[in-house]
Amino acid sequence: METLERIIAAHPFFTDLDPAFTSLMVGCASNVKFKRGDYIFREGDPANTFYLIREGKVSVEIQAPQHEPMIVASLQEGEILGWSWLLPPYQWKHHARAVGDVRAIALDGKCLRTKCEENHDLGYEVLKRFARIIEQRLEATRLQLIDVYAVR
Amino acid sequence: MATSPIPDVMFPRPYLVREVAKETPDTFTLKLEPGDGANGRQFRPGQFSMLWVFGVGELPISISGNPSEREALVYTVRSVGQATNALVTQAAGNGVGVRGPFGRGWPMEAARGHDVIVVAGGIGLAPLRPVIYEVLENREAYGRLVVLYGARSPRDLLYRKELAAWARHRETQVLVTVDYGGMSWRGHVGVVTTLFKYARLKPSRSVAMICGPEIMMRFVTRELESHGLNRNDIYVSMERNMKCGVGFCGHCQFGAHFICKDGPVFTYERMRPLLEKYEL
Amino acid sequence: MSQAPPGILSVGQLGQLIQILMRRGYSVVGPVARDAAIVYDQIEKVEDLPSGWTDEQAPGHYRLKRREDDALFGYAVGPQSWKTYLHPPEVRLWAAQRADSSFRILNNEGTGAGPRAFLGVRTCELVAIRLQDRVLLQDQYHDFIYETRRKGAFLIAVECTQAAATCFCASMGAGPTVMGGADLVLTELLEGGHRFLVRAPSERGLAVLTELGTTAANKADIAQAAAAVRQAEREQVRSIDQSSIRQLLYQNFEHPRWDSVAMRCLSCANCTMVCPTCFCTTVEDVSDVTGEHAERWRRWDSCFTQAFSYIHGGSVRTSGKARYRQWMTHKLAAWFDQFGSSGCVGCGRCITWCPAGIDITEEVRALQEGDDHGNP
Repeated sequence: METLERIIAAHPFFTDLDPAFTSLMVGCASNVKFKRGDYIFREGDPANTFYLIREGKVSVEIQAPQHEPMIVASLQEGEILGWSWLLPPYQWKHHARAVGDVRAIALDGKCLRTKCEENHDLGYEVLKRFARIIEQRLEATRLQLIDVYAVR
Repeated sequence: MATSPIPDVMFPRPYLVREVAKETPDTFTLKLEPGDGANGRQFRPGQFSMLWVFGVGELPISISGNPSEREALVYTVRSVGQATNALVTQAAGNGVGVRGPFGRGWPMEAARGHDVIVVAGGIGLAPLRPVIYEVLENREAYGRLVVLYGARSPRDLLYRKELAAWARHRETQVLVTVDYGGMSWRGHVGVVTTLFKYARLKPSRSVAMICGPEIMMRFVTRELESHGLNRNDIYVSMERNMKCGVGFCGHCQFGAHFICKDGPVFTYERMRPLLEKYEL
Repeated sequence: MSQAPPGILSVGQLGQLIQILMRRGYSVVGPVARDAAIVYDQIEKVEDLPSGWTDEQAPGHYRLKRREDDALFGYAVGPQSWKTYLHPPEVRLWAAQRADSSFRILNNEGTGAGPRAFLGVRTCELVAIRLQDRVLLQDQYHDFIYETRRKGAFLIAVECTQAAATCFCASMGAGPTVMGGADLVLTELLEGGHRFLVRAPSERGLAVLTELGTTAANKADIAQAAAAVRQAEREQVRSIDQSSIRQLLYQNFEHPRWDSVAMRCLSCANCTMVCPTCFCTTVEDVSDVTGEHAERWRRWDSCFTQAFSYIHGGSVRTSGKARYRQWMTHKLAAWFDQFGSSGCVGCGRCITWCPAGIDITEEVRALQEGDDHGNP
């Protein structure tokens, strides 16, 4: 737990977060490992965890009928995976697959949700940080969407 | 050795096609050598030539080869229409007209002693490849080299073998991404701006050179600025309609700049107020 | 610049001047009345000139009217400018022949023009020629066709003694007094006998004048000429306020006036064709039926066409609004950044020959006064 606290505190997501809150979050954290090809979560599964990737690459995919799953984003070391745990219906919208071996810190979303409801200041700090991540992903997605390399 | 008999910039010189290599389903690299017995002309990274196919037409194409190879001129061409298709379907031994090199190229002098960040989107890697060659062949003159390259999909990636080879150089980082990956793609998926967080950059002593679709360049320059780079250290290569390549036909004007002779490379400082104007 | 005092030419002597130039190998081009306009064409005698004609000009309006006298240069400017000869509408750049799997550029037979003398160059036109010199000869590269034709051009300026309603050279600093660039300068005098004050600012102008032999002008002649030119300046009713014009155009990219002018502009490109400083061209590659012989031709082009700004995927300036804005901003503002001066000489041709009667001076005023309504 001590090592986890250090790693979590050092992670950019937790910068400027009240140490008391960080300790709260650590209380909901654990180390996890995935092997190459493992699905970290699948579309439709209940979303109660999010991950800080420590090592390896994860691809975010969308299932398509009669088609292999389509990769829409890649995440690597240092990035946060998963925000569907934050808002109802708390259900994953995509697959997340370990492209190689992956080591991550899993944070218990259910536990964290409860703590955020009890402590709105904590809730606000968490939401602010997730809003930033979602904004960055949205901007990047929009760029992907307009297909800049296509010949019109 | 005889000097070129054609002094005027409007006369094409015959160059012979040595080789046409397929890079992707629609993109080919042509290697040309002088066909009139005269010396090859040296070019600077970022410059372009006007290439002419007999009876078809002429196009501005960036030079994508190695500046230290004096005799050959190398171009990577994407076949998008009649003229480009005519270029990429030339057989070895055919003559192609070459005018140039023209334009202001990448700031190789200003970049000396700095880290060099090359950000390329799609075919934009072609005019940047000479930069990579020059940096790697004059390694001591430059700091770190970071190459960030994005393409539409894995099959649209250019120079794949070279990308791998470049990555093996010391103090060199090559990051590649695609917008649309498939199951067999184990690399990164996402637009090229998503690569920035993985790049080991030192903004205060970096010079960035960017080439790709205009939309991509707008987002990349913004991203680089947010990472602490100065607008005068960020360079972009612009593209507009060109008929003459030497500042007479007026077609390539962008604001008050003639892309052919004031550019195609400009600082972001100069381009920023123009890039945000619709239909300039 | 020669220091010879001004002389006086009679009308007959003007005819002799034309002869002398022809003997010296010049083909003389001057104004003629044809097709209901004053156009520039080859002339051989004084009788070819548009004696007794004047032009009535207004936005979208041009008529030739009979004068009460027989002035030879009693008009302002016609639809053509000297760029028709110096920077021709259509010219072959080179021809090429197939040679095995390659090609050979054939010797260019020359740029298709012997030396020419231009008779009747207006002050605004002299300035326009100087502006095109700057673009085509004094930048990074030089245009060899323009260079050849320009070197071979003997310029005989004729100062304006009246202005058309569309003239505004005075506000552009481009006239009506000739400031330099001509080989000979004539001022037509009607009162007290039909004659011309003549000055020879260049060595070769002086040589021709010496061969002709002229009587010296007296003080009254000189005063009369100066007064006539001042009259041309006084008659100008239009103007462009040049102060901060660059800023005005650069800072009003989104001004609603552009939408207003876009509703009127037909993108017909008349303005760029008649403008003496517009220099844009396009190239056309052609080959014969056998495919053995190819040529590259250069033609006038206009930024008003859709295709002008085309790159793969489409044109950058799709709307008429963007194209009008481009032309006006380039002419009045960007030209300063590119070439160190305005690109407009105030000849008024674009106003006269616009079928929609769009007046560039009015458009500038609308921007300056913040006219949001832009009613035509």
